[in-house]
Amino acid sequence: MKKKSGFSKTLAAIVLLVIGIFVGKTFFTNQNSEATIPMPSTMKYRNIGISNDTTQVTQKERFNGKVIEVKNGASIQEAVKEANPGDLIRVFPGTYSENVYIDKDNISLQGVVIKGKWPTLDGKKKINDAFLYSGNGILIENFKIINYKGNGIMGQAGNNFIIRNNWIIDTGVYGIFPQYGKNGLIEHNVLSVIADAAIYVGMCDNVDVVHNEVFDSVAGIEIENSRHCLVENNYAHNNTGGILAFVTPGLPIKTTFDVILRNNFVVNNNHENFGAPGSTVAGIPPGTGILIMAADDVIVENNIITGNDNAGITIVDLTNGDPKANDLNSEPNPDRVVILDNIMYNNGNNPTGELKALMLTQMDTKGPDIFAYGGGTGSTIRDKNKYRSFGIDNYGPALITDTKDITTFMLPEPVAPRSVSKHELGELTYYGICAGCHAFNSRLIGVPTNIIQAIHNNNPQGIVDYISNPKNLREDYPEMPPQNYLSDEAKMAVAEYILALKE
Amino acid sequence: MNKKRYFIQCFALVVFASVLTFIMAGKKATPEYEEVFLLTKTCPPGFRLNDKNECVSQNLYKIYTTENDHGVGGLRTALPKPRDGFSPQQIDLGRYLFFDPALSGNGTISCATCHIPSKGFSDGLATSIGMAGQKLDRGAPSLWNVAYMKLFFWDGRASTLEEQLEGPLFASNEMDNTPENLIKTMNSFDEYLQMFAEAFPNRDKKDHIKLEEIYTALTAFEASLVSLNSKYDQYAHGYQSALNKKEIEGLNVFRSFVARCAECHTPPLFSNQQIAIIGTPEPNGLPLDTGAEIPFKDSTLRGGFKVPSLRNIEKTAPYMHSGNFATLRETVQFYTDGRGHAVPKGEQLRIHWHIWEPNLSDYELDRLVDFLKTLTDESFLPKIPDTVPSGLTTAIQ
Repeated sequence: MKKKSGFSKTLAAIVLLVIGIFVGKTFFTNQNSEATIPMPSTMKYRNIGISNDTTQVTQKERFNGKVIEVKNGASIQEAVKEANPGDLIRVFPGTYSENVYIDKDNISLQGVVIKGKWPTLDGKKKINDAFLYSGNGILIENFKIINYKGNGIMGQAGNNFIIRNNWIIDTGVYGIFPQYGKNGLIEHNVLSVIADAAIYVGMCDNVDVVHNEVFDSVAGIEIENSRHCLVENNYAHNNTGGILAFVTPGLPIKTTFDVILRNNFVVNNNHENFGAPGSTVAGIPPGTGILIMAADDVIVENNIITGNDNAGITIVDLTNGDPKANDLNSEPNPDRVVILDNIMYNNGNNPTGELKALMLTQMDTKGPDIFAYGGGTGSTIRDKNKYRSFGIDNYGPALITDTKDITTFMLPEPVAPRSVSKHELGELTYYGICAGCHAFNSRLIGVPTNIIQAIHNNNPQGIVDYISNPKNLREDYPEMPPQNYLSDEAKMAVAEYILALKE
Repeated sequence: MNKKRYFIQCFALVVFASVLTFIMAGKKATPEYEEVFLLTKTCPPGFRLNDKNECVSQNLYKIYTTENDHGVGGLRTALPKPRDGFSPQQIDLGRYLFFDPALSGNGTISCATCHIPSKGFSDGLATSIGMAGQKLDRGAPSLWNVAYMKLFFWDGRASTLEEQLEGPLFASNEMDNTPENLIKTMNSFDEYLQMFAEAFPNRDKKDHIKLEEIYTALTAFEASLVSLNSKYDQYAHGYQSALNKKEIEGLNVFRSFVARCAECHTPPLFSNQQIAIIGTPEPNGLPLDTGAEIPFKDSTLRGGFKVPSLRNIEKTAPYMHSGNFATLRETVQFYTDGRGHAVPKGEQLRIHWHIWEPNLSDYELDRLVDFLKTLTDESFLPKIPDTVPSGLTTAIQ
């Protein structure tokens, strides 16, 4: 009995040991490396057809790029320099105090968060921007970004961007700021303590801003001079203004329209305004839930808008909302605003300034749920009597009940880069650059083009080699500078173009 | 000594002009001789001739597209639609007119007097000098890339090049001409009569030169002044080594939302073509220039000026509408010295919201200047004519 017990104990011990090794191995394996590297999201695209309630993406292209790893102590910018379009840069936990600029297409930057430790970009209040990109198809995800002077993430004319899962605190003027971009996704970011807008979609088209938390900032989410934007499932709280859709005058793109603000929590946006003097947001009264200024065709649907001390929804024209700047080309009125079902209560507990004075004329000391002031036509509202309101007497009944058929404003396909034919590329290069020194049959600065044709007859590679590394062959002409800035593709295209040129 | 040489030159020119006139007069009488064309049949660099005898603008920015309004922001975006499609002859005729003092009332000032090619098509002066040494109120704007512009003059009061050029031509303190006198002068030169007939072949050869034809030719030439092949452009098109480390640092300061330069000086044109009120100081003793307030009859635009392009900015010192800043370094310093710091007391200007206090360091300001110098490209500088059809001296180096 005792012996048997000893045997079974030994057996149990062996079994436990094996299990222990197995568990330990699994545990350590998981700790030290990941089984698979997640697909970089630039290679994927949201598929509208999948279903109505998912953000699932389908694969657009195969990933065949290189994976570049950046560990603590190394530089993210060095990795960007090394990267080619299609590559994935994975950044491991650590502190990176740098300005990362990405002037290339299709680069993915992916933070790797390990046991709650984030790869952190720290601007130390000295560096201007954490990420600046101008390329198309840029992905930035899983980064913690703190203490910059300008922006957390700023894009300039990059299309097809994805910015998600970032944790951004006190990065100066804006947290996430794509500008002049078409087709983008900003989702699952958490941003706070931003002196202008935490998320600012500026002069863009087709952008979804979904599932973000924005707080302790002057403006939570701002859709400005942008078209076709969906702002959904966000939590905007304790900002000066929660969610804004407006037109800023004096910018090259003049309109904001086709914006849906849906299923957001817009709660207690009563933060003191700490915007920079002169900025548009510096004029936003604390206690502003949603602000629609001069924007057209904005739909406000199914939001929970509570505890905003000035007004739940404010709808104004430019003359009343932002009288500082003037621009004859900016249409100043908010037209065709549609307010559908929303939950609104406990707004307007402490109205300020102009609104306070206006409410006093109505024998009311509280601000309303909905406040409309100034010009604008064609606006409608569903179930008007549900809310305490000011200035919406001329709002008719809404012609729609919901927007459920619109699941996204992103495009079903990425914006394609313009592809030019080899002939076109050769032509643009020849006339755009070479023609400064070469004319067809007369001498400008360099040799006439018809002489180049005679020298390199049927040999475009000869021209490519020469322009990459010119040798001064003729004493009567100055030496040509190397044209290395042209891509190999452009060099061959122009060489072939030159050889085919007739006059 | 100089006077003597001047006389000899003038004499030579007169002789040359008379000989030319004689030859041409002779040619008219004997049409069986082959016609000698005075104007070129080829487009200037940057343009391709199509089968309608039009010069179509060509550059690497045509590779790119933005689906919304063209020409704003980012490295690889399309330019706005240019004025192009002029014939080689019209452009060449415009070149002669541009350098010809015969366009002014008394034959002393040409367009090139204030728009000097080697000075970025400006004149190096704080404010330009007009007719009979009169000091003008504003500096001469550069003409590079005007084909892409939609607003002209510092105060943005003209919206086409044709409308713009009427300004200096007929202003009494500038070229001091009148439309009647200009027509009369132009029609008095046989060489111009032939040139205009070549440039405008769809009318009768013997027709008189019309005002609109002068405008078209000048516009054609101005629209041919293209500068899009700078070091910056090479970088933008993807050649990462085109800029050195300091220049890239400068680019990053330029486009950051701290300095915010690129918000109004949007690439690739380096102007967003808007009116902006930034509150720069006037040179000593001069009153505030109220800028766009006057033409737009709008007090909210008081002190507003068109955002100028920064291409070839290195060449066009001194800077701002009245040339208050001698160097680029002084100019960039202005933007970090505080919002409205130079606005005269008692003035309530609606300073642009991008003018703030970015607290740029000296190092950053130096890098900004490094970057601005990468926007220089004069590879398509046009040839100054050795002589002009009027025979007057061009005096442009």
